[in-house]
Amino acid sequence: MNIKRTYGTNMPKTIYLDNAATTAVKREVFDAMAPYFTEQYGNPSSIHEFGARCGVACDEARAKVAKVIGANPQEIYFTSGGTESDNWAIKSTAYAKKEKGRHIITTRIEHHAVMETCEFLKRDGFDVTFLDVDDQGLVDPAKLEAAIRPDTILISVIYANNEIGTVQPIAEIGRIARARGVLFHTDAVQAFGHVPIDVDAENIDLLSASGHKIHGPKGIGFLYMRKGVKLPPLMHGGHHERGRRAGTLNVPGIVGLGKAAEIAGAEMAANAERVTALRDRLIKGMLSEIPHSRLNGHPTKRLPGNANLSFRFVEGESLLMMVDEKGVSASTGSACASGSLDPSHVLLAIGLPHEIAHGSLRFSLSEDNTEEEIDYAVEAVREVVERLRSMSPLYEDAVKAGGA
Amino acid sequence: MNTSTKLEYSEKVVDHFTNPRNMGSIENASGVGTVGNAKCGDIMRVYLDIDDGGFIRDVKFKTFGCGAAIATSSMATELVKGKHIKDALAMTNKSVMDALDGLPQVKIHCSLLAEEAMHAALWDYAQKKGITIEGLKKPKSDIHEDEHDHDHVAEEEED
Ligand SMILES: Cc1ncc(COP(=O)(O)O)c(C=O)c1O
Repeated sequence: MNIKRTYGTNMPKTIYLDNAATTAVKREVFDAMAPYFTEQYGNPSSIHEFGARCGVACDEARAKVAKVIGANPQEIYFTSGGTESDNWAIKSTAYAKKEKGRHIITTRIEHHAVMETCEFLKRDGFDVTFLDVDDQGLVDPAKLEAAIRPDTILISVIYANNEIGTVQPIAEIGRIARARGVLFHTDAVQAFGHVPIDVDAENIDLLSASGHKIHGPKGIGFLYMRKGVKLPPLMHGGHHERGRRAGTLNVPGIVGLGKAAEIAGAEMAANAERVTALRDRLIKGMLSEIPHSRLNGHPTKRLPGNANLSFRFVEGESLLMMVDEKGVSASTGSACASGSLDPSHVLLAIGLPHEIAHGSLRFSLSEDNTEEEIDYAVEAVREVVERLRSMSPLYEDAVKAGGA
Repeated sequence: MNTSTKLEYSEKVVDHFTNPRNMGSIENASGVGTVGNAKCGDIMRVYLDIDDGGFIRDVKFKTFGCGAAIATSSMATELVKGKHIKDALAMTNKSVMDALDGLPQVKIHCSLLAEEAMHAALWDYAQKKGITIEGLKKPKSDIHEDEHDHDHVAEEEED
């Protein structure tokens, strides 16, 4: 099969609207990391000055990360990213508490890292309740409370959804979990550094986050584990991270995560304001310029940078590829793009019919985007949707039936 | 194995996707066939204009679907244009795939859909003319019926 590709070579400057997938590493972050590759390459576990200096750098990073969520640095455990943190929190809770109970409560809109972990535990004899969400993607705390049983050992709710951006009532859920004596984990990979989080005020026991969604490096993240919550390791081996997570510390990654967290924390309010304005400009532009389009997720309780829209009568992957041709990078919940039979489980969970879920695009913005880029993207998507509709038998039928 | 999802498409697939041939519809077509379903995310419609000698004078398509669905429809129309209906009937999903230099595993069903759409249009033509085309079976798919058989491989990419 000939897989050589040429398209993309003459592309205009890329307008990157896929920051929920990953972000650019900030220059300052990169600069902070650089010495830890070639100069300060010690192993923090070593008993010499060379190693110790790297250990100090890791602890500084630990403190910076902890500050963003109101935690104690001793409650931060570095991992390889969000996926590992989710696996660790859920599997280790399950296996540590299986004598007490085997029931886990989560939602229908979790990231695969949580969803597949729960499915795995289900096959291993655990009982998992997947809570429904409403048509804007919100979990109903009353329904969550009603789902708690004497054998419930863990509640895991995504802080902010990666596809539709809906931000959950985490404080309310945390209050319920605490009152009922159930451990509460949240996958905050999309929320960390973007919206204010306070693990104490929100009664969060376990929290997963990742470096590469906040202009930090990939392959580094952390699990916040409340003091007193002693989960066994997922990674067995040496005595790193106070015996909880084995593996030589990823020192450059940790330093980068620390720097990125520090910047994200300091600039959160200003970034949120700026990005929310860009997001609303994009949403307003798309909805007014493109007929038969709709916003998915909650209109206001959503991540500053997330805009998820459906365009009827067109399919997401072709839409994505054509806007890519125009230099706009986005993402889709269409099945065709993922290679699975069904469109995104999140879009189905908020009640979108299959055919509308197939025609959805996610734009995720960062503070580096500009108004001009947003306006260009709106125009690019408008043109592509129009073109794809001219090719769509569904649109043809709808026009004939007088519905379009 | 290609780590990048985007690079799984051949140059020809990308070409036919970005510049689809024979896109559109034909008024009073000799035969029209529509297959697939919106639930699965792809629908193809083929229009045929067939002369008295059984040659395909013109062919057009409309497709709702992914890049591969559009490319396979485009290529299928190219393969039958100007040909006799017997040759059109002989066009298989494999001939469409080969002409496109292959498809990613998860997109093979798109080429099947292109074959089915062509057959459905030929069937419609035969029905309208009151003739039988040897070897042509009644199409099973319809956009309002159940899901067609996919040949998907479970493999997901997520961020
Ligand atoms: C909500 C959510 N959870 C988990 C992950 C996985 O994180 P990582 O890529 O660091 O493993 C992601 C993104 O990739 C995410 O968006």
